[in-house]
Amino acid sequence: MTSRHTAAQQAAQAPALTIDALGRKCPIPIIMLAEQIGHVPLNGVVAVLADDPAAFTDIPAWCRLKSHHHVGSHELPQGGWSIHVRRNY
Amino acid sequence: MAYFDAASTEPLHPRAREALTAALDTGWADPARLYGPARRARMLLEQARAEVAEVFGCRPDEVSFTASGTQAVHLGVLGVSRGRRRAGRRLVVSAVEHSSVLHAAQVHERDGGSVETVGVGRTGVVDLAAFGAAVRGESAEAGGDGGGGGGGTALACLQSANHEVGTLQPVAEAAALCAEAGVPLLVDAAQTAGRAPLPGGWSVLAASAHKWGGPAGVGVLAVRKGTRWRGPLPEDEREHRRVPGFENVPAIVAAAAALRAAAEESEQEGARLSALVDRIRTEVPRLVPDVEVIGEPVARAPHIVTFSCLYVEGEALLAELDKAGFSVSSGSSCTASTLRPSHVLEAMGVLTHGNVRVSLPRGTSTADVDRFLAVLPDIVRGIRADAGVKS
Repeated sequence: MTSRHTAAQQAAQAPALTIDALGRKCPIPIIMLAEQIGHVPLNGVVAVLADDPAAFTDIPAWCRLKSHHHVGSHELPQGGWSIHVRRNY
Repeated sequence: MAYFDAASTEPLHPRAREALTAALDTGWADPARLYGPARRARMLLEQARAEVAEVFGCRPDEVSFTASGTQAVHLGVLGVSRGRRRAGRRLVVSAVEHSSVLHAAQVHERDGGSVETVGVGRTGVVDLAAFGAAVRGESAEAGGDGGGGGGGTALACLQSANHEVGTLQPVAEAAALCAEAGVPLLVDAAQTAGRAPLPGGWSVLAASAHKWGGPAGVGVLAVRKGTRWRGPLPEDEREHRRVPGFENVPAIVAAAAALRAAAEESEQEGARLSALVDRIRTEVPRLVPDVEVIGEPVARAPHIVTFSCLYVEGEALLAELDKAGFSVSSGSSCTASTLRPSHVLEAMGVLTHGNVRVSLPRGTSTADVDRFLAVLPDIVRGIRADAGVKS
């Protein structure tokens, strides 16, 4: 269990950029993501830290609409999520 | 001014207004008493019941009038789960049911029952295979038989159409799966009653008069013969012992008149409104960049369309549309008292911010829809510009 977990963590790509949108209400976290995704190289990962419950649904939906890749969402110990998005183009 | 929030409440139908005025004079007495004015009130009440039963395709003695659609759902869910306590303690609901169903389910859970929530696809249609498995108690979630006793399903609930996105649910198919498993199906028909024919096969039906052009304060609870039902409230002799309190006979008479009128008009008016909805579904993404139109494009209620605009705050959009003379609603979190996005949009996995629900009342003109389509692009552009979004 532990080794698989570690392997998965190693396989996961470290974010090239972290956007701190904690305390910001939707659509601001998404506006920040849309503005800044171009700052990472192609196939690079952006992590959005957000605690507005709407962001949990809306960032994956944004990825679908904008043809980027939602890598995954991880709960943060202090509440909210780190939502990882890979730049596709 | 254009009122585009029929899914919240439909303006009073003129036939309901006429019936209401007349019945205020003739139907005010206590229908349970044994004198002239009481007999007249009782006659009006029973005639209304027969008319409602005819539209819904059931027997008059299966129909009870409640104080609201919400109360009809509460009594339906809790009454059947109590009545079928020995058959099982599991309640099956779709993830996109109206909050009245989900809140009744919470009460059932607090009473020691279990609730299984079945997911929906991107357009809001319930996963029928998962629904069937949940009803039969075969799903992984049901596997533990979590101390409910018996492990059986007391009741399954499915709406006829979703109140936020208009998507029709496969009620006939769900009813067949339930019948096979010997489980009653409650259908929340609030969004389609009087607008579209009801699929058969339901055991319990809930609906709300103000959604079809009747007055507020009248709901319908129909329980088919052979469905075990035990009231969750203190006993009262009114409405086949199902609903407590003195009936509002004039409002019930008006509700029945509106239902008949709406059902008569529904084929023509439904098709007309549906064409306007099609126009909105096609034009909005053409006129406004970065918009997601949500829900089933074809298998939907005739009058409802929902879309979400990227980078736009729902509350600002509602306010601007209101200023421009349009009454619409939204499932965005900033417009909800709970500050959570709509559970329907979440369950569908669609964009929840910048959300607008347009639901057209009877008589909506093409000119109103055209005007809406004319003002929307600039409103969205303005809100995006204010938020600093480059387009």
